[in-house]
Amino acid sequence: MFNYNFRWNQAFNSLPQMLEGALVTIEIAVLSMMIGITVAITLTVFRLSGNRFLSAIATTWVEIARNTPALFQIYMVHFGLGGFGIHLSPYMSLLIGIAFNNAGYLAENFRGALKAIPDTQTRAARSLGMSSGQAFTNVVMPQMLRIAFLPMTNQMVWAILMTSLGAVVAMNTDLYGVTSELNARSFRTFELFAIAAVIFYLLTKAITLSARLLAARLFRY
Amino acid sequence: MIEIENVRKSFGPLEVLKGINLTVPRGEVLTVIGGSGSGKSTLLTCINGLEPIDSGKILVDGIEVHAKSTDLNKLRQKIGIVFQQWNAFPHLTVLENVMLAQVKVLKRSKAEAGAEAEKQLKHVGLGDKLSVYPSRLSGGQQQRMAIARALAMSPDYMLFDEVTSALDPQLVGEVLDTLRMLASEGMTMICVTHEMKFAREVSDRVAFFHKGVMAEIAPPEELFDAPKDPELRQFLAATH
Repeated sequence: MFNYNFRWNQAFNSLPQMLEGALVTIEIAVLSMMIGITVAITLTVFRLSGNRFLSAIATTWVEIARNTPALFQIYMVHFGLGGFGIHLSPYMSLLIGIAFNNAGYLAENFRGALKAIPDTQTRAARSLGMSSGQAFTNVVMPQMLRIAFLPMTNQMVWAILMTSLGAVVAMNTDLYGVTSELNARSFRTFELFAIAAVIFYLLTKAITLSARLLAARLFRY
Repeated sequence: MIEIENVRKSFGPLEVLKGINLTVPRGEVLTVIGGSGSGKSTLLTCINGLEPIDSGKILVDGIEVHAKSTDLNKLRQKIGIVFQQWNAFPHLTVLENVMLAQVKVLKRSKAEAGAEAEKQLKHVGLGDKLSVYPSRLSGGQQQRMAIARALAMSPDYMLFDEVTSALDPQLVGEVLDTLRMLASEGMTMICVTHEMKFAREVSDRVAFFHKGVMAEIAPPEELFDAPKDPELRQFLAATH
């Protein structure tokens, strides 16, 4: 039964390629977070605007992003849009799919964070002559981002792990994609995926740790 | 000059201001006293346009506060307001709290705003707290910071809405001292307060509000020593 011979050396020889894949994974996760945060702030402003149409856009986005599998979301970006003649590379489809997911979850986190900020903060800002936009940008948003910092870190971890869903759109340059291709050639399945898993683990740990250090620097109040 | 003409205001079925007429000339210190729900705090938030009014009008230096064409953000630069809850911006240091609106609204340079902030903070006795975050300040200190933050906008009028009501008793004195100082410097002020002794000392006139009506207005010695309105007599008896 267990007559599998481990060949770690062979797998470790592929480490440089896998690390290159890890860089692509980090790149996609970071970009998807940057896009995700920007869109989530926009969706939050839409929800606060009191405009029904904008509010409906935001709600629909959040509902779809949070209540359908991320895998479907990425698949739809690639093959769904393909049906309308919009053909995106696997890289772009994966990036946009994850960013879509991030934005939905983050917008919901931001909404929760806003509830923790008293209305009187806005009132105080407005009474000093600030416009509602200035009050939001300078007084409310910084506090919102602080309260939502931990959920944002979690989402960043998710973004790293979600890159492996690139499998459905034939993405082959990220950590999962590279590992999968190496496996197809060498069949050192256990060794290769064990190494990839360790790299994923180290990446997410590094994110959690640097987020903690960053928080200590940013939030001294 | 602040001119309030027949102002009415309701929250749902409850009419909180029932036709208020009042003129506050420059340089006057007016205190407003009265029980809770008398409409006195609402009047302040109407004066700087934070609350809409149902009818009547409020003019500040001839500008109608609630006219559609009025640029409220600009008008509010003339009118500083400090609330019962001091609302320090927790993510900014004391200095930054006082600088923010100067930079964003008055478009002052950071150097200019910083210098003005430092001046105002020293003025209210917080010169040694510039780089501290508000969470490290006592309530009285936070309230003084809020006063400095409003003063840094170089307002022509200051409105104080029960600024000592949320403070521990031993911290009330330092905030009242700050108000006394402003009054002695000639700032035009409307103070809603429960501090009768303070009202008697600093006011040019005291107004008594009762159930949305300004029941009496007079210089302090007259209002406190010879109150005419029966409700005022009752109110003073209860607070003494």
